[in-house]
Amino acid sequence: MVMNTPEDDPFIDRPAKVQIENVSYWYGDQLRLRNISLDIPANAITTLIGPTGGGKSTLLRLINRLNDLLEDTRMVGRILLDGQDIYAPEVNVSELRRRVGIVFALPLPLPGTVRENVLYGPKLAGVRDPTRLEEILVRSLKQAALWDEVKDRLDEPSNALSGGQQQRLCIARSLAMEPEVLLLDEPTSGLDPISTGKVEESLFALKKHYTIIMVPHSIQQAARVADYAAFFLGGELVEHQPGRNIFTAPRDKRTEDYITGRFG
Amino acid sequence: MGTRFIVQRVGFVMLSLIALAVVVPILVIVGVIVVRGIGAISWEFLTTMPHDGMKAGGILPTIVGTLVLTFGTAVAAIPVGVGGAIYLSEYARDTLFTRAIRLAIVNLAGIPSVVYGLFGLGLFVLFLHFGTSILAGSLTLAIMTLPVIISTSEEALRAVPTEYRTVIASLGGTRWQGIHYIVLPQALPGIITGVILGLLRAAGETAPILFTVSAFFLPRLPHSPFDRTMALPYHLYVISTQVPGMPHEIQYGTALVLLALVLSMNLVATLIRGYFRRRRPW
Repeated sequence: MVMNTPEDDPFIDRPAKVQIENVSYWYGDQLRLRNISLDIPANAITTLIGPTGGGKSTLLRLINRLNDLLEDTRMVGRILLDGQDIYAPEVNVSELRRRVGIVFALPLPLPGTVRENVLYGPKLAGVRDPTRLEEILVRSLKQAALWDEVKDRLDEPSNALSGGQQQRLCIARSLAMEPEVLLLDEPTSGLDPISTGKVEESLFALKKHYTIIMVPHSIQQAARVADYAAFFLGGELVEHQPGRNIFTAPRDKRTEDYITGRFG
Repeated sequence: MGTRFIVQRVGFVMLSLIALAVVVPILVIVGVIVVRGIGAISWEFLTTMPHDGMKAGGILPTIVGTLVLTFGTAVAAIPVGVGGAIYLSEYARDTLFTRAIRLAIVNLAGIPSVVYGLFGLGLFVLFLHFGTSILAGSLTLAIMTLPVIISTSEEALRAVPTEYRTVIASLGGTRWQGIHYIVLPQALPGIITGVILGLLRAAGETAPILFTVSAFFLPRLPHSPFDRTMALPYHLYVISTQVPGMPHEIQYGTALVLLALVLSMNLVATLIRGYFRRRRPW
């Protein structure tokens, strides 16, 4: 892998929010990630790009330990959040997942109303105070750029919303936990361009407060939103650079081929 | 064109005949029982004790006995059955041990009910000294009912999309919170269906209660779980085969009451299920 220097990487001196150190990961006897090391800067949008099967989603799900739910997997290496190993035995996984929220490719609203969906996270964490819950509800929906559209429909079932609204509802649901890191796995893959635009806009506003790690659904989207980009191919991290550089001056031939549309 | 049309007609007629072959016997059975038994039904028949060697009077203790036994079966079988299903569907990994459990459940469902009766006699009545009692009978019926409740409940739980569990986990929820808030409420109508099927079968069974609880003739109501009691299915068997000179009308009347009891329990349970289904947003 090509190494970065301070000249071309403004993030290299920034404290990393998430550090991935020599991570390899197997599903059964299939190697899904090969010795990945990557520092993810705070308060920026880091995009993981590359063709399907490259290990982007897998890496994303390792950062909040969702892969714990799968059987027959194995990981070596370390993942640090604020310098703390998230796979250390004393870590409370529920607490970790509240600090590291995730939004999936398909909108997956839970049964219940719009209001109930947003408040699942805080309620699972034991928040009961109605004023506090109401605050969280309004703030999360506003942050996800959904408030204006649903403020009169809070008690409708969540599946009465359009696909785009449902996906922003899922973003609001993650934001309701006030996570520090937000993982987005192709959050706009099922959305029309207008909804996509709205989601991207809210991401720009969100990165002031959150560290965002995103698998974009196209290179174009990556180019629009990425502060930082990492290119994955076949479970390997080929290179990582600030967003503008990777798209304008890829250092690896394989990255260039992917960016210019020769494969993937 | 012509042949295809004929083939379709023939197929259609055959399928209709098959459907009739299923429906007609049910209608005939119900019809005969209603026509021949309705004359026996009276307020007195339903609410008084039998007398004159059961050839006169009512069948109250048998109705109460069956209701009490079904209730006891529900109390014993529902927590264990649903709990077992939750374990198998939500917690157990696929190991040799859980495979053995599943195999056991499938096989239990195929055991003849008289074997359950003998098992109940051996375990509850004799070994545990419960005696011939409502407790022993209810537990025997519960064990017979468990495989039905477990397998239908497990299926209902598995039908809840995995994604819901993943989402709850991603929101910092524990596995139990996911089960409590999402999985169980979603699976509830299916679980209730399984419970209904199991309990209705228990309510109508004769063999399991034969050695464990049933009294041949006991014209009083039970007072404690250690009492014996009469029960409708066994009573029907007794008055149909064991008592010479039994008026046919009482036999058919008793069958009608058993049928009506089981069907009305079915109806109530279906209403409960419908209530929970409506409460789900989708």
